Amino acid sequence: MTRPAVIELNGVGASFRGRTVHRDLSLRVEEGQIVGLLGGSGSGKTTLLREILGLLKPDSGSVRLFGVDLNEPDVRMQRNLRRRLGMLFQHGALFSALSVFDNIAFPLRELRCLDADWIRRLVHLKLAMVGLEPNHGKLMPAELSGGMVKRVALARALALEPELLLLDEPTAGLDPDRSQNFVELVGDLQRELGLTVVMVTHDLNTLAGLATHVAVLADQHIIAFGPKAEVMTVDHPFVTGFFGADRRKLL
Amino acid sequence: MSQSPRLLVEPGRVVLSGCWTLAEMLPQLPALQADLAACSSSIEHWDLSAVTRLDSAAAVLLWRTWGASWPPGLVADDLHRQVLLRVAELPRDIPEQARPRVRFPEWVGALLFKALGNLRGMIALFGQLLLDVGYLVRHPQDVPWKEFTANVYKSGAQALAVTALVGFLIGVTISYLSALQLKSFGADLFIVNILGISIIRELGPVLVAVLVAGRSGSAMTAQIGVMRVTEEIDVLSTMGISRSIRVVLPKIFGLTVAMPLLVLWTSAVALFGGMLAALLQLDLSLIYFLDNLPRAVPVANLVIGLSKGVVFGFVIAVVACHFGLHVKPNTESLSANTTSAVVTAITTVILFDAIFAVFTRHVGVPQL
Repeated sequence: MTRPAVIELNGVGASFRGRTVHRDLSLRVEEGQIVGLLGGSGSGKTTLLREILGLLKPDSGSVRLFGVDLNEPDVRMQRNLRRRLGMLFQHGALFSALSVFDNIAFPLRELRCLDADWIRRLVHLKLAMVGLEPNHGKLMPAELSGGMVKRVALARALALEPELLLLDEPTAGLDPDRSQNFVELVGDLQRELGLTVVMVTHDLNTLAGLATHVAVLADQHIIAFGPKAEVMTVDHPFVTGFFGADRRKLL
Repeated sequence: MSQSPRLLVEPGRVVLSGCWTLAEMLPQLPALQADLAACSSSIEHWDLSAVTRLDSAAAVLLWRTWGASWPPGLVADDLHRQVLLRVAELPRDIPEQARPRVRFPEWVGALLFKALGNLRGMIALFGQLLLDVGYLVRHPQDVPWKEFTANVYKSGAQALAVTALVGFLIGVTISYLSALQLKSFGADLFIVNILGISIIRELGPVLVAVLVAGRSGSAMTAQIGVMRVTEEIDVLSTMGISRSIRVVLPKIFGLTVAMPLLVLWTSAVALFGGMLAALLQLDLSLIYFLDNLPRAVPVANLVIGLSKGVVFGFVIAVVACHFGLHVKPNTESLSANTTSAVVTAITTVILFDAIFAVFTRHVGVPQL
């Protein structure tokens, strides 16, 4: 029995106010892959993530996660599907009225199965994982620095032990040291849990350190998808421009 | 392929297998917890080698079962051991986040201090306003005319329809109810006095103030509040643009100008509604009503009504801007401050109305 692909997009099309963002876009991500999604500004990378999350319904085509169509009407199936993925939004999107601790505990509490001690341990574990102190848990999101917001958001995305992790610009705004830690952390998690990761990034170091596969979004669809080394040799103005002189360093 | 987490208890040995992740554990969590609790910490040999996946939720569960120490005979591969190690490295006693209990006197005191703080803030805002006006008198080219007119339009012109509708209906209601009473005394003609005095002097201004507090006051608080949340207010400061001159002042003066006009308009529409109801109920002609209105209602009432409009408009805008400027950057504070702004504005308006009533008790009441 072959397991269904984690993400499967087929002929997806989307447009905003007459402007086409995606046209006939197809992508298939298998379990355990770490996919770096590249594309110029405004090429619809975040839109693609939102389509995968089901926040945005494409005009045409289908989106399947773990073999389940996102248009599946069964509410419980939908909810269980959402619990299998974690998302790190570009600007963190922490609940501003809740403390750091409560932000991370929120999805765990929503399960209504775990006791308070278990949740507390898990939250402190996630905090430690992303390199924060237990006493940071009392802070409110407004009191955090930009990098801390990102780490708390990652801890929250990891709270439910997702099988699929979507990261929107995970290392933007982090100092090189932190971003290296982040790369190592996600790499570790991937090895331990067999996570599938899709990340939008502009940072070549993150890409080089983490991604196994690269998908390039240009001209409203995926122009290249495959192992990192393979994609870098694609002859497309965006690919050559993006990697430029760094092409050799990444290989 | 067995996915669900399994637990096999052999004499002196526990064998775990399957996928020990939160998602897989959830459907059978109570049973698993009971099973784990049953094989107490006395069992020393734990075999985790058949576990395909072990996430931190499961690791915490196991660690708790083991009573926060490594079992002597643990068989697990390196990856799983690493996950467990992370849990083991957590400080033993994680402090419980205790919430202090608030006692009643403390609660009252906190409320009082909050009210005093708000009062102080509004006085400070008033002072800032005076300073700004002083500055603008000396530098007339800095007067924000565009923002001022935009505010007059938003809080005045765009409110015409709703205030007219509410005013008309209130006018009809009061006229109708009074007409029933007056008819039984044969005092039909006094409907002009009742409607004229009550609407022009009292109901018009208060009605408009309540509507405007809900409509424009909340909008002002929310707008300034969101500008604080998104740091737009700070952007203005860094550009060298005074936030009080550009954001607060036009709102306050805009509403102060728009309110008396709205009061005039609403009172007129309410009187018109009352006249119509009087015509239908008492056969009182519109001409008679209009002829007798100036006689029954001295012009002082109109002045009182309009000056109430000015004061109420100013009060609503100051309260709204004060609460907007004190929004903390989170959604909870935004909603709390918008609520406080509307409630405080309406309460303050009624308070000022009472002060007006006391100080103008000899003015504008026709002596019979």
